[in-house]
Amino acid sequence: MKSARFRYFAPHTIAEAVQLLDEQGDEARLLAGGQSLLPLLNLRLARPSALIDLNEIQALAFIHPRNGGLVLGALTRDATLERDPLVAARQPLLVEAAHYVGHPAIRHRSTLGGSLAHADPAAELPAVMLALDAAFTLQSSTGSRTIAAAAFFKGPFQTALQHGEILTEVHLPGLPPRSGSAFLEFARREGDYALAGVAAVICLAEDGTIAQARLTLCSVAPTPLQATTAEALLRGRHPDDAAWQAAAEAVVNELKEPPADIHGSADYRRHLAGVLTRRALALAAQRAERSHS
Amino acid sequence: MEDDFIPVRLSVNGVPHRLFVEPRRTLLDMLREDLELTGTNAGCEHGSCGACTVLLDGQSVRACLLLAVQANGHEVTTVEGLAQHGRMHPLQEAFWEKQALQCGFCTPGMLMTAYELLQQNPDPTEEEIRSALSGNLCRCTGYQHIVEAIRLAAQRLREGAEAATSSGTTA
Repeated sequence: MKSARFRYFAPHTIAEAVQLLDEQGDEARLLAGGQSLLPLLNLRLARPSALIDLNEIQALAFIHPRNGGLVLGALTRDATLERDPLVAARQPLLVEAAHYVGHPAIRHRSTLGGSLAHADPAAELPAVMLALDAAFTLQSSTGSRTIAAAAFFKGPFQTALQHGEILTEVHLPGLPPRSGSAFLEFARREGDYALAGVAAVICLAEDGTIAQARLTLCSVAPTPLQATTAEALLRGRHPDDAAWQAAAEAVVNELKEPPADIHGSADYRRHLAGVLTRRALALAAQRAERSHS
Repeated sequence: MEDDFIPVRLSVNGVPHRLFVEPRRTLLDMLREDLELTGTNAGCEHGSCGACTVLLDGQSVRACLLLAVQANGHEVTTVEGLAQHGRMHPLQEAFWEKQALQCGFCTPGMLMTAYELLQQNPDPTEEEIRSALSGNLCRCTGYQHIVEAIRLAAQRLREGAEAATSSGTTA
């Protein structure tokens, strides 16, 4: 239960960190909050030759308003997301979902960027990023690029990040007026990974119909899943129980093979996904209506 | 280079320390092996059980999921830091009175988690206590007595705070 040896670096700037990534080669790993990487090290499931600790890079920990939306530094901790008034005002979905990440002692360390780069299919924040149409800045020694969340998650624990790149910023566009969101999940024990989780965003039109719906799920597929069929059938409909029921059925039909383990069969997870979809959409719509009144 | 030891300066329970550690040493092992503060227990060592919960700058963390070098420049509080002037903390007294421990292995983590809870919420409901404890495993007690002990400690701490306030105003 002890990590193998590694070289350790704690750079103070992003420029130093990307240079170290280049120098240390393929076997180097970045250390953010460490709440997933340290268990892997302790269990010797990961044996990196070098760790590049990002925690001293002040320029990675910030929350800025931008064009009605937000830009978040990758080192923003989940406990900060939970409490930050600007995040609460502009993207309450992130606050709601961050609360489901592990336990307080985990959230004091775990980071937004770390969760995204780790890309656990059961994790909440990747699904939230899809729901909020986020874009990520990936930086390397040769420059930086921006990638949409929808193109970032490639498979279980697999992302579009290439060696030499650091996920530095998360860009969240603002939501139109009359928008509401909700995150719901079901886990056997509070703080455990969910058996299924749902993020919903509803934007209402002037006439009260659904102008746009975004619906994503975690823990039911190899990557966070965007329920595009359900989203499409909600557009233009009245926000009522029949609409939520139709969306839930579409989600259940879309789920091919949710994972099955001792905590829940594939069928049970499919069932949960449907129930949570209905509830999350109804709650999001209720909040959208309230935001207007 | 791989055998290099790195200097770490930190404060543990108010006592400054300066030592050299291997990068792979966890905060947990540094506390137990190097500083001989064995109150913090090593349970699962991968963040699942909560037995190694300590406070880093006043916030609860898993000592097994932090490298010792990352504590450089920070303040750590362990279960050894709860008692003051030779007197147990009200939480410790309540755990004793309510028999909130059997084997005692989870107790240091339970105490540190409960300590943080009561700092933030002096009058938690049973549900809030159970929620706060969800990251700490106990395999003996069934949690019931732990919850009762925390409620008792919370009540005594509130009464103590009230008494201090009222005696302050009359004096």
